[in-house]
Order: sequence, then C-alpha cells, then structure tokens
Amino acid sequence: MNYLLANRSRKIVGLLISLLLLITGIVCSIAYGVTDIKWHTIAESFTAFNGSQEHLIIRTARVPRAFIAAIAGASLAVAGSLMQGITRNQIASPSLFGINAGAAFFIVVGSAFFGASALSTFATLAFMGAAFTAIIVYILGSIGSDGLTPLKITLAGAAMTAFFSSLSLGILLTGGQTFDQVLYWFVGSVAGRDMDIFTSAAPYMGIALIGAWVLARHMNLLTLGEDVATGLGQKTIYIKLAAAVVIVLLAGGSVSIAGPIAFVGIIIPHITRYLVGIDYRWVLPYCATLGGILLLAADIGSRYISFPKEVPVGVMTAIIGVPFFVYIARRGGNANNE
Amino acid sequence: MSVLQAANLTLSYGKKPIFSNLDLQIPEGKISVFIGSNGCGKSTLLRSLARLLKPQEGSILLDGNEIAKLSGKEVARRLAILPQGPIAPEGLTVHQLVKQGRYPYQSFLQQWSQEDERWVKKALEVTHMDELANRSVDSLSGGQRQRAWIAMTLAQNTPTILLDEPTTFLDMTHQIEILDLLYDLNEKENRTIVMVLHDINLACRYAHHIVAVKDGGIYALGKPENIVNEQFIRDVFDMECQVATDPIFGTPLCIPYGKGRRLI
Repeated sequence: MNYLLANRSRKIVGLLISLLLLITGIVCSIAYGVTDIKWHTIAESFTAFNGSQEHLIIRTARVPRAFIAAIAGASLAVAGSLMQGITRNQIASPSLFGINAGAAFFIVVGSAFFGASALSTFATLAFMGAAFTAIIVYILGSIGSDGLTPLKITLAGAAMTAFFSSLSLGILLTGGQTFDQVLYWFVGSVAGRDMDIFTSAAPYMGIALIGAWVLARHMNLLTLGEDVATGLGQKTIYIKLAAAVVIVLLAGGSVSIAGPIAFVGIIIPHITRYLVGIDYRWVLPYCATLGGILLLAADIGSRYISFPKEVPVGVMTAIIGVPFFVYIARRGGNANNE
Repeated sequence: MSVLQAANLTLSYGKKPIFSNLDLQIPEGKISVFIGSNGCGKSTLLRSLARLLKPQEGSILLDGNEIAKLSGKEVARRLAILPQGPIAPEGLTVHQLVKQGRYPYQSFLQQWSQEDERWVKKALEVTHMDELANRSVDSLSGGQRQRAWIAMTLAQNTPTILLDEPTTFLDMTHQIEILDLLYDLNEKENRTIVMVLHDINLACRYAHHIVAVKDGGIYALGKPENIVNEQFIRDVFDMECQVATDPIFGTPLCIPYGKGRRLI
C-alpha cells in the first residue's frame, strides 16, 4: 500500500479539500480573464443584474465557461478511469480510443456536406460521432470466440482514431472552404459557449456520473478479470455494457460541449491512483473533482499564457499532458521489465 | 450422492468439438484431479463445470439443479472457481482481493456485514496470509500470490472449490505448500476440491479420485492406485514409463523412460 491517502478519514478529508478546490476553480474562472472585472461587480451581476457589458460577460460567457470546464473535466477523467479498468490498459482514454476522432469526423462531415456551422449543431454531431465510434470500437473489440479482450479493443481504438482522423483531414484539405470554426473546435475549447449548451448536456452527464459511481463496486470485481468476476457470480456482460453506456455519455457529452480535449482522461486517473489506490468507490469521486480542477486550471492558464490573446484549452492540456504521458509510458515499461 | 455433475455434455472451442455426450460425477467431499496431456481439454472441462464456458449441449448439474438456470450469485455461494494464472491489478492489496470473495453475498442494500468480515479474516488465517494482508498482490512471490487468490475463493465459503492448474509456474516448495493447504481444507472442512494438475505423481499423492482425459472423452477414472499403471500412462500421455510405489506415501510413482545419466 504505497498510496498517499491510506485510511478512510484521510480520504474523506482529501475529497472535501478537492471539492473546495473545485469550487475555488469555478470562482476564479468566473473572476479572472482578459476583461478585468472587480469582485463586487461579479457579485452584483447575480444579485443586481443591470445589463452592463461586464455583467453580460459574467453571466453569458464566464459562468457557462466555468461550468462547462468543470463538468467536461470531471466527465473525461471518470470516463478515462472506467476505460482503463475495462480494458486493463493504463493508457486507455477517450482520445486514444477513437471517440474524439469519431466526434470530430462527424462535425467535419456535417459542416462540409450539410452546412452545419452553429456550435449547438456541432454538439449534437459530436455526440452522435462519439457514440457511433464507441459502438464500432466495442464491436470490433468483441469479434472472435474469445469475446472482448483488452488487446483487441485497444487495437480497434487505434485503428478508428487513425481512420477517422485521416478522413477528416482529407475532407478538410480537399473541401476548399474555410473551416475556421471547425478548426477551432478541433483543438478543444470551453470558450464562447452559452448556457444552453451546458444545460442541454449537463443532465445526462450528471446521471452518467452517478451511474459510474453505482457501477464502482462491480468495476472493482471486473478488474480481476472476466473469469474471476464470472466465477464470483457477476454478469460481466451487463456490467461492461452499462460501463460502455456511461463512457459514451461522459466522453460523448464532454466532446460535444468542449471539443476533443486530450490527456485529462489519462492524467487524472493516474494521479488519483497515486492518491487513493484502486478502489473505484474512491477513485471515481476523486477523478470527478480533480478532472474538473485540472480543466478549470488549464482554462484559466490559457487566458494568460499569451495574454491578451487566448489559447484553446486543448493546447494547454496537451502541453501539460505530453510530459506526463511519457512519464507513465516509461514507468509502465520499467514495471513490465521487472 | 454427487453435488456436481455433467450430463450429456457437448463442448466445443470455436467450431472444433472437444467433448461430446460426456457424463461425469464429482464425488462429494473428496479431492478430484483432472489429468491428461497438453491440449486434451481438461481445463475446458473444469471451466465448463464452473459455468465459465457454455456447453453446446447437455448441462451441468449442481445439487440436482441445472447450473445455467441458477443465478450467478446463487452458484457462487455454492461453488468457487480459481481460473488459471489470474492477474491482480497493480496496487491491489491482499485484503482488498480477499474481500472480493464476498461479492456473491452482497447487494446494493447489503454492502458489507460482520459475517463478511469474519469470513475474510478466517480465509486470511487459514492461508497464512494475515501478516501479508496489507501488501499489494503484485509485490508478492508466486507462492504467496497463489495463496492470496486461494484465500479469495475461501472467503466465498463454498462447499466446492475448483482450481485450474493452481501449482503451475510454482517451484516445488510452493507446489507442496499449496497442495497441503488444499488437502487440509478437504480433511478438516470436508470441502470438495476439483483441480487440474500437470504433475502425475503429485496427483496420485493428493487425489482420492483421478479423472484421466484423452481425445474428447474420459479415458479412465477412479482411485489413483487402482487405475494408474504403465498402460494407463502410455495411453493417456503417450509416454513409456515404469510405475513404482512411492517409498513414503505408497501411492503410484511414475518414472519415465527416456534418456539421462544412468548410474545403476
């Protein structure tokens, strides 16, 4: 037992602290940005809204942005953690399993051939693409007499990522139109979304987060392997299907509201394991809060890294994520050589 | 009276049939061992008895009920299976692993009881894993790791325990340690043990009942001292040998011919 928060009371305190940090992150995300707004003005925008530009920025831009960052980060981290459990692969995550690429492909097709241009249309298309790809990867990973295996589903994910990325790029290159909006969506961003996008996605993402936690106990058993879980009386097919639905709602939901943001789904589950071990009943709540915190922090950082211009948050998570990814890969390599 | 039996069982792997119309009874309260050459289907047979593999035809009966019609948890309260070479996720502690053995007794409302705690404690004691309970499973030696998994199946508290090659990849000390543990469980707690073993001599020593599997059928079954002889080994393993008597235990001891340094 070499994780940091070893006993129950420490885990509870840690969770409360992370929850506090999450709320702080949301508040900071609302307070700090290119337009400098005073604290009392922020408070007034809720208590005594007067339609001024500052109040409008707070209520129509900053608040939805903060909420979207929080729920997208939480969802990506929880989805990544579940995927890593099901595939028994420590680098499984929505971005590596083709879900982001599939969502992007649907958006490219939608805008190139059907004239889609509004962000809300993109959201719907992205969700459909994510769900479609997840189903394809699941089916490809399950073909054959030995059923769903970690290796097959990982290969299927890699293949779908390559396939959809190539098709998307091909359409973008030969389309000859301007795809500024699409390109901006491509790197992942939580800016410029209104509250409607959040409120349309939040309910099912919330339900999926609760669903994930209900599955936690069963996931703990499933990580011991299909045979052991079946031997202990688990109907593994139902647990896997339920987890797949939860993953599609979470990953599809977040890609639809924030674009394909990579690395949150890998980094956070690893940090969480380091903090609380591998019991999903603790891992998932920690993933949710820490994932939200990371994306909020990255988004706040993205406003200042080349001030006064903003960088898309997807670029920020990639800057943080790549070194971390290399670290995991190296460590994983060493563990296998033991 | 037999608790676990196969009736008219037909099994296949992919399209290749392995067993057809097989009947088998596992004697209650005894240690049964499946033996046979590599790829003969002994693991397949064990897996199907534990409902990890669906039969094409026929059925597995547990206490007279068709196993496919019982709920998964119902079966798991009567029969435990330790699959071959299970892998624990990195960082899982022995205690966490053994607790999973109580899964069939839990539900959304009944999460963790005193009774669960007691069986986990007992399983850790019986397997002498109590002092290693907080160690992570992947940090243990092969023998300790196997004991941790056996502790998990013991926490399940079932009258019947099935084990698929529980001693493979262990050195001789740990093979004996695991088999002694299983022998005690049978002797002291009257549990029915069914396992697949590779070592014919250890099988003869520990098993009350041997089931020899060959070419999609059962070649012979019974007490080792009654069925294991030169002809038996020749037919089942395609090997020439001399069957002597174990100088300590008196059980059949198979000495293969073949090459090697000869001192007498």
